[in-house]
Amino acid sequence: MTTPTPLWRHPEFAVGAREARDVALGIGAWGLVAGVAMSKAGLGPVFAVAMSLCVFAGSAQLAALPLMVQGAPLWVIWATAFCVNLRFIIFSAGWRPYLQSLSRPMRLFVAYFTVDFTYIAFMRRFPRPVDARAHVAYVAGNATVSWIAWQATTVLGVVLADVIPERWGLGFAGSLALLGITASLLVDRATWIAAAVAACAALAAFALPLHLNIVVAIAAAMAVGILIDHLSPAPPAVERQEDAA
Amino acid sequence: MTAGMTIAAIAGLTLVSIVTRGFFLIPERELPIPGWLREALRYAPLAALVAVLLPEIAMTDGHLVHTWRDARLYATATGVLVFVTTRSLLGTILAGTAVLLALRLGLGW
Repeated sequence: MTTPTPLWRHPEFAVGAREARDVALGIGAWGLVAGVAMSKAGLGPVFAVAMSLCVFAGSAQLAALPLMVQGAPLWVIWATAFCVNLRFIIFSAGWRPYLQSLSRPMRLFVAYFTVDFTYIAFMRRFPRPVDARAHVAYVAGNATVSWIAWQATTVLGVVLADVIPERWGLGFAGSLALLGITASLLVDRATWIAAAVAACAALAAFALPLHLNIVVAIAAAMAVGILIDHLSPAPPAVERQEDAA
Repeated sequence: MTAGMTIAAIAGLTLVSIVTRGFFLIPERELPIPGWLREALRYAPLAALVAVLLPEIAMTDGHLVHTWRDARLYATATGVLVFVTTRSLLGTILAGTAVLLALRLGLGW
């Protein structure tokens, strides 16, 4: 039996790490904001750091935080985080073919460390499955950098909570990272239309509780995406018009 | 909230992270996903991003912004411009944040 090369020596590990490095600044800004928010909410430094280390889900943490501080029932806190995380359930369906050959604990382990940035970068790197080891190496590289960027800055935020003024709005750096990633996904007419539909749906359903408008936006964009893919192959003339516009 | 309750809340939230991220990976055998749904899944991350992003860049208290004196709009425009011309995520983040800070701290927008 030959010893397999360690995961971090696999070439895809470096690719994943490099692509995570490009968004690390945005992740870091977000981590900083989450750390400040958790600390200011009165969670205390120990629990704030513990929450970040264990939960590892920025938007769910920020949504659950006020509920925890108000002493809401546990099931309400968990249900809220679950709804904010619903998009991950949809992502996990896309994960399935890539991780099929792994054991269940390994599949869940890989998925747990996959935040939005990592999932999107992965799908761009591997539009279709190639080889399980390359997949895992890429995720390991990407998730390691993302995890460190997130956790280090969260701890920093907890420590610096009283020094960083909120009106600087540094959390916007995280939004800018998302903006760049979103723009990189707009590659053809279908994705542009799907994005526009998602924006309209998210706005129209904004009044829904528990961030359920995100789920509405996903459903609407997927429905429109199917329609575009199956009913109208993009005529070249329209593509040119869009380029000119 | 007592320390015990906080620990329980954090433990539950951790479980929520694991279960939601691994949801369709839990069953041992692959669930049959119809081909059209598999194709449609490629639009899911894009839609989720747009829905998460929209309130951050263009909404205040649940409504679309109704003033031009909002630093986020110019930071977003700068970010888009930089990304389109350079395809650099880092440049997008730095340039957008610079514009945001300049307008926030300089003009109070």
